[in-house]
Amino acid sequence: MGAQMRVYRQRIRSVQATKKITRAMELIAASRVVKAQQRVRESSPYARALTRAVSAVATFSNVDHPLTTEHENVRRAAVLVVTSDRGLAGAYSSSVLKESERLIGDLRADGKEVVPYLVGRKAVGFYKFRKRDYADEWTGFTDQPTFDVAREIGEALVAAFNQDFAEGGVDEVHIVFTRFVNMVTQEPDVIRMLPLEVVEGEEAPAEDDVLPLYEFEPSAEQVLDALLPKYVTARIYNCLLQAAASELASRQRAMKSATDNAEELIKKYTRLANQARQAEITQEISEIVGGSDALADAS
Amino acid sequence: MSTLQVELVAADRKVWEGEADMVIARTVDGELGILPGHTPLLGVLVEGEVRIKSGEGSQTASIDGGFLSVDRDKVIIVAEAVDASNFTA
Repeated sequence: MGAQMRVYRQRIRSVQATKKITRAMELIAASRVVKAQQRVRESSPYARALTRAVSAVATFSNVDHPLTTEHENVRRAAVLVVTSDRGLAGAYSSSVLKESERLIGDLRADGKEVVPYLVGRKAVGFYKFRKRDYADEWTGFTDQPTFDVAREIGEALVAAFNQDFAEGGVDEVHIVFTRFVNMVTQEPDVIRMLPLEVVEGEEAPAEDDVLPLYEFEPSAEQVLDALLPKYVTARIYNCLLQAAASELASRQRAMKSATDNAEELIKKYTRLANQARQAEITQEISEIVGGSDALADAS
Repeated sequence: MSTLQVELVAADRKVWEGEADMVIARTVDGELGILPGHTPLLGVLVEGEVRIKSGEGSQTASIDGGFLSVDRDKVIIVAEAVDASNFTA
């Protein structure tokens, strides 16, 4: 076997091995993305009940809560960047990071100081490599976030928000995450988490669905006090779940195109290897013919 | 007699949904019993047990802190974690 052919055979084998890996990752992501979507759906009754309750309190009482009060002079803003722990998910993490860089640039242009909070090893790596400071990091769960993690993040952000500016507190909290639109579309998105604006969930309430005049137990202020941090946590949880579903969907897509590319490469190398084999055979034949011609001439 | 529509919701799923005659939960101020026809109410719950009584008997779930809303005989009990292991569907 000629040297050329051996090189091609080696390449084909190596691409085949890669293809097996990418195909396996594609299948794993495909099965997990279904579960992730289901988790997004399962968390919605909680979010809906909470949103309804919070808007009920907000509508029927004129309570000002620190978490809903706008600061007149915003000097420092926290940005929570939700990326993945692992790569091989196409542009998933980099587009979130790009979006966060844009947001941070805008905030700085407005004269605000920016405090980053990071979710996912990719964001941590991005900041460490550039030797930038960040306030806190959470890693190791991005494809399967639990409610406990959301609560931890929520508590940290609310604590930072409640702190005085002089002690390092922030006046605003933004979240950059990837919104899961459907299996083929996931877009990076920015929401301002704090101060809170109560928004209705995905479904708008029906026309005749008027909020009743609630009684509060023990009092409107205390109910709001208990509900708002939970509301923050629920929204963060929802962001994490959507980000997880998006991560898996983009991984599935990235791995699908990697597998397709591998197939393409294998086809190309197989053709080249065949060509090399034919060239070798042709050469051998012409050598034999040339040899026998020379023998015939000599005799 | 009308009955209550009860929903028991945890952070990551809807735990239970069904009809009941009475719901008893522990709020910040103390035990609270809800019967059909109760006025709309939003209450903060503390860690403890929620009892849901229906015709056949009563069922108990333990929750960590959460809240409860009553609106036109629809009771929604919301908590971050709900242990309803001894619930029958």
